[in-house]
Amino acid sequence: MHGLVAVDLHVIWQQVFHPDSVFFRTLWATVYISIIAQTAGVLLGLLAALARVSRFAPLRWISGVYVWVFRGTPVLVQIFYVYFAFSWPTLHFGFWTVPDAAIAGIVALSINEGAYMREIIRAGIDSVDKGQMEAAKSVGMTYGLAMRRIILPQAARVIVPPLGNEFNNMMKTTSLVYTIGVFEMFAFAEQNYSQFFIADYFLAIAVWYLLLTTVWTFIQAYIERRLSVSERGEELSFRERVQAAWNPMTSWARGGGG
Amino acid sequence: MSGVVMHAEDVHKSFGRLHVLKGVSLEMTKGETVCIIGPSGSGKTTFIRCINHLEKMDSGRIEVNGHLIGYRQRGDKLVEDREKNIARQRTEIGMVFQRFNLFPHKTALENVIEAPVHVLRTPKEQAIGLGKALLERVGLADKFDTYPGKLSGGQQQRVAIARALAMGPALMLFDEATSALDPEVIGEVLSVMEELARAGTTMIVVTHEMGFARKVASRVVMMDDGQIIEEGPPEHFFEEPEHERTKQFLSKIL
Repeated sequence: MHGLVAVDLHVIWQQVFHPDSVFFRTLWATVYISIIAQTAGVLLGLLAALARVSRFAPLRWISGVYVWVFRGTPVLVQIFYVYFAFSWPTLHFGFWTVPDAAIAGIVALSINEGAYMREIIRAGIDSVDKGQMEAAKSVGMTYGLAMRRIILPQAARVIVPPLGNEFNNMMKTTSLVYTIGVFEMFAFAEQNYSQFFIADYFLAIAVWYLLLTTVWTFIQAYIERRLSVSERGEELSFRERVQAAWNPMTSWARGGGG
Repeated sequence: MSGVVMHAEDVHKSFGRLHVLKGVSLEMTKGETVCIIGPSGSGKTTFIRCINHLEKMDSGRIEVNGHLIGYRQRGDKLVEDREKNIARQRTEIGMVFQRFNLFPHKTALENVIEAPVHVLRTPKEQAIGLGKALLERVGLADKFDTYPGKLSGGQQQRVAIARALAMGPALMLFDEATSALDPEVIGEVLSVMEELARAGTTMIVVTHEMGFARKVASRVVMMDDGQIIEEGPPEHFFEEPEHERTKQFLSKIL
């Protein structure tokens, strides 16, 4: 234990620049849990958003209850419930093994994320001018075709900036699945801390989280730039996109403004 | 029945307590250009929106090309048709909107070929040929790959006309197609519409452009307060209108 705040540079140096294979396994766990949970969350959110704007009332109610429950309860409670209430298999893909706890964690995070994504996707759909659906129908498109070809591609421009922020959050929120025994990056730091009582393991993984979210910022900027190519005339440079991505509020406003 | 493209009978429509259409009947034969005029709030736009079922009428019946629009006959009652069938019926009816409603994420050519390719399943090569020919017809041969955001209002509206024509509709509806345009580009859109009319397109034009109605219409229809109060060939209609409301309206607008 340290009396004063003292940074053990050796631990940080070691973990950031010379990580071992055990660490890399935990880093990989954090990455794959984030990516799978976010992807599934987007798909669930899309289904729930389509249910929300459906003409069929029971679908709208189900969608409403879903968001009400999963935004209204702690994600940690959801993770524990999903893990302990059901039995989950351990999956093997060649040399890659996904333990049951990781699967439960992914399921819980996906369902939770879907509730937030529904709101984002619905806002995106609502942002598309009503005349677009009418024009699509007037040339003989069904509702589903018009959604797929005309409405959702336009909604995507509004959806992507906040979706990027959601993924940024997701990479950090995955640390919660350590509590059900998933050996991911936070678990690595916690385990080393318990053994050596050196707090700098937490600092070291903070650097890694920061690295992940920073890399994502650049990927997000690239995706947004691709999406804006056909935007009404104005086009933001890559640098402006990155700047916008640093600030959620401006990137939201920009996406919404078209 | 031969030659009848559109047949509307006793169409009623209310928005809440507002009775917008109070029994509108109109019949059109092939090649006719009908201009609907009248004060705002008279139900012109609502009426043509009922023709392609963008607005659901409360009672009455509308047929285009002999097909009942939006409804199915069950006994002596009409019930709303399935979405798929309504979509198919709409392929026979082209619509041009006041605010263009082009698809902003698609180029001019993509806008035009979108429905032929994805609704009619026309092979893409063939659709592109058709799309280019139509854009040339509306004077936009140099704008195939331009996005709507880079086109003027007049150019956008001409793309919208080409998009509607691409489905090969039996009937074209124009909903105040020039009302949202800057004065200097209204002419280019009207001349495209005039060319269409001369080429024998069956069309209904809701408009405030009396010059166009006078010159191009085969029949002018005056609507007021949810009803057709007078109709006739333009010479007769503009020279010696019979109805008092028509006289008042024309004296204000001309």
